Amino acid sequence: MTYLGVVVALPIAALVWSSRSGGVSGSFWDAITNPEAVAALKLTLAVAALAALTNAVLGTVTAWVLVRDDFRGKALVNAVIDLPFALPTIVAGLVVLALYGPYSPIGVHLAFTRAAIWLALLFVTLPFVVRTVQPVLLELDTEMEEAARSLGASERTVFFRIVFPSILPGILSGVTMAFARAVGEIGAVTIISGNQPYRTEVASVFILNRSQAGDPGGAAAVAVVLLAISFVVLLAVGALRHRATRYERG
Amino acid sequence: MARRYALRGIALGYLVLVLLGPLSMVFWRVYAEGIDKAWVAITDPDTIHAFRLTLLVTAIAVPLNTVFGIVCGLAIVRRRFPGKGLVNAFVDLPLALSPVVVGLSLFLLYGRTGWFGPWLQQHGVQILFATPSIVLVTMFVSVPFVVREVVPTLRELGDTEEQAARTLGANGLQTFFRITLPAIRWAVIYGVILTTARCLGEYGAVAVVSGSIQGKTETATLRVQEEYENLNMAGAYGIALVLAAIGLVVLALMLRFRPKEESA
Repeated sequence: MTYLGVVVALPIAALVWSSRSGGVSGSFWDAITNPEAVAALKLTLAVAALAALTNAVLGTVTAWVLVRDDFRGKALVNAVIDLPFALPTIVAGLVVLALYGPYSPIGVHLAFTRAAIWLALLFVTLPFVVRTVQPVLLELDTEMEEAARSLGASERTVFFRIVFPSILPGILSGVTMAFARAVGEIGAVTIISGNQPYRTEVASVFILNRSQAGDPGGAAAVAVVLLAISFVVLLAVGALRHRATRYERG
Repeated sequence: MARRYALRGIALGYLVLVLLGPLSMVFWRVYAEGIDKAWVAITDPDTIHAFRLTLLVTAIAVPLNTVFGIVCGLAIVRRRFPGKGLVNAFVDLPLALSPVVVGLSLFLLYGRTGWFGPWLQQHGVQILFATPSIVLVTMFVSVPFVVREVVPTLRELGDTEEQAARTLGANGLQTFFRITLPAIRWAVIYGVILTTARCLGEYGAVAVVSGSIQGKTETATLRVQEEYENLNMAGAYGIALVLAAIGLVVLALMLRFRPKEESA
């Protein structure tokens, strides 16, 4: 436990402590209301939310196809899902740039735009929803769906009344983890976003720039906001897990 | 039937557009920029040093986090102690926290004005902008993986066999090495693979604390960024290709050792 204290808890304590003294300009409040910091935080939250929602829909569809559909090469597709966990994020950023950047072979030039940040975030957060929904779908009994169908329910009704409620906790916890990951991501974003202040500079890049520019206080203020978001995310996921297992625990 | 093909099309299209399309580009770009130029960048002494440093850091962080992961997993599952909820929360924190924030925290702790800064300076110990800080942040970001694999396995395992061993006169160490460790070894191996992947690929946290000094504190991922900023695209894609190849090996290992209940 001392290990955890030295490696994890102590640095966090130092961060929270330093943020109180604020940036070069003075207090914590000045550092956090700095227009550049506000713009970076707003952009980060918006793009991360968008990426998480995209994954909520397309990740669920992917999980569905992996469990209920059957086709040649499905095992390979299933394997590919984990790729973002195995690949360094800087490589992720670089390859997204290669396909959607200035040298794009398909003629799509999104580099240094907000759309590019969204794409890079989709790359790194893709596994989360798929991997939380997939096991739930696997265990789901199809008898209830068949019963509904035999009673005349349409496919749409079956999905939204029977399947969706069961997989919702999985979707939510996957989305929450994807959101957290997207908010904090830097490696994939830094290359493709161009890091223009007020336009394509995300919060993590802002923190890196400030700490390198000799303004650790200003960086710490924004970092504390990200830290708070992380704690909220962990609490939310914990609560979801608690709910999902309440029947097992009795 | 039409619906089924439509869904399949959407899922596969999504994967191709977001994952496979971009990834296949790394091979194409290296080829287009010139394999010889990429090779020059890969065999550059600074690049080789960067890969060595990355491997060294991984070689230190992975064993430490493996031992910690097993001990911590055992403590979480088998023991009751005050502050267990807190320990649980801190173990998960690196999963939800931006690596840049991790880097900054260490920067503030060991920097000139940090808590330990003045003392370290007096004693001539260099942590920031040197290998120790890179090791420390890498340990931080890769803490959760072994713990998170070991905990569910230990829960499922139960402690009846361990108790049986104890009643037959085995001491704590014997019980651990003969009973517990063999039972959880696949979970440990899988956790180690995930930890290794994270250590090799870490960028954000290392970027803050290492100072990116060429040939000294520059890791492989930082080297990619450096080549990119110097507009040496052949170099950036060449080194990225090496990292991607390592990533694919890791992915293959993940498939081989994935716990059964997680696979489809």
